[in-house]
Amino acid sequence: MKVSLTVNGKPVSVTVDTRTTLLDTLREHLRLTGTKKGCDHGQCGACTVIAGGRRINSCLTLAVMHEGDTVTTIEGLGMPGQLHPMQAAFVKHDGFQCGYCTPGQICSAVATLDEIERGIPSHVSVDLDVKQSVTPAEIRERMSGNLCRCGAYSNIFDAIEEVAGAKA
Amino acid sequence: MKAFTYERATTPAAAAAALARDPGAKLIAGGTNLLDLMKLQIETPTHLVDVNRLGLDRIEPMRGGLRIGALVRNTDLASDPRVRKDYAVLSRALLAGASGQLRNKATTAGNLLQRTRCPYFYDTTKPCNKRSPGAGCAAIGGFNRNLAIMGTSDQCIATHPSDMAVAMRVLDAQVEVVKADGAKRTIPIADFHTLPGSTPQIETTLARDEVITAVTLPAPLGGRHIYRKVRDRASYAFALISVAAVVQSDGRGRLAFGGLAHKPWRVEAGERLMPQGAQAVTDVVLRGANTTSQNAFKVALVERTVASVLSEARA
Repeated sequence: MKVSLTVNGKPVSVTVDTRTTLLDTLREHLRLTGTKKGCDHGQCGACTVIAGGRRINSCLTLAVMHEGDTVTTIEGLGMPGQLHPMQAAFVKHDGFQCGYCTPGQICSAVATLDEIERGIPSHVSVDLDVKQSVTPAEIRERMSGNLCRCGAYSNIFDAIEEVAGAKA
Repeated sequence: MKAFTYERATTPAAAAAALARDPGAKLIAGGTNLLDLMKLQIETPTHLVDVNRLGLDRIEPMRGGLRIGALVRNTDLASDPRVRKDYAVLSRALLAGASGQLRNKATTAGNLLQRTRCPYFYDTTKPCNKRSPGAGCAAIGGFNRNLAIMGTSDQCIATHPSDMAVAMRVLDAQVEVVKADGAKRTIPIADFHTLPGSTPQIETTLARDEVITAVTLPAPLGGRHIYRKVRDRASYAFALISVAAVVQSDGRGRLAFGGLAHKPWRVEAGERLMPQGAQAVTDVVLRGANTTSQNAFKVALVERTVASVLSEARA
């Protein structure tokens, strides 16, 4: 089936089997291998991309469901020489060890700060009637869908907190 | 994943007609549960009907309450200012479930229809009556620490995994459905999910050719809204047990429970005892409990969690 998408600002058209996930479309058809396949079951967050302005697990959605959609991957956030502030902060704070979960962590982190900015509450938000601020508890709760087997969490947290602080 | 054909439905009735026409057809909305199961070949539809473009993604006022379109995403439902203000137990339940990524995709109707996370349902090398009726149940006598203690049968001790559905149950939501011929009906949430009995493969009273179009909430109940989820880690885990509570200032109210049964568990005769305290409530709510050596802890956990919730409501 033919699917047309806008990926990282560029219109693309691919012909895929109906079974092809968005993740496999990005990696195998569009050669955007920054997005990683971890568990392939929506449990680890390594495949996180931003589709239609929202972070999703690209392994748990079919390419054919995204006809006409806009997708941003880690490559679309920034590349060497012109890093996104979140990418630069991950480098500065050493927010990784093996690096496999990192693209998903960064896409998720960018979307997390956007979700807080848009007033979306979380499980740890004390009051549902007021807009949440960026607190350590909010960052940790909202990033719980991204696992890091190397355990770089404290540095990942530092990177996100720095970007959040710079925006505030 | 097994091969399947794919179409995008244009109306709910057309989606229902596709289901009626093809016994191998299934609807796909968020896909977060269905695709997971398809990769494991636990679900093997031969045709997928994509319902994402039906426009059922609005939350509208209705008869003093709210009408929530079937495709409203979990994030959007939890964030809606009317839900946060008047149905906070629903916001809280949604936010206690899954991850940010999954909530962005998962839909209201899909959440109700998600399958159990019983490990034996997922393990295709083990017998499961829900997956293969008549095969037997490896969970009974297996690792069943997190499985059901209420409404079980000798065929199945799976739980319904949803947090949202527990809040919908305490709010007495109703499920609007449509058939291929356009005929509509409304199913009270209490009658929507079923107990396993001798047919654990059947999980709802939805007919094969019915499509959920909306979930409606009655007028706000007022009171304190609390959703308390007890789990093995602080985030991104299914409930051991959960309690959805709406507590009025006189101490009366409603309680529904997750993690206990094949459906959200609510016993009105038990919640009438709320002013008498957690033990009185729990004795009635858990009457007839069928526990194993591994999950008997849920009885004490329910009582203590109810006590904590009632105490929070008084504070």
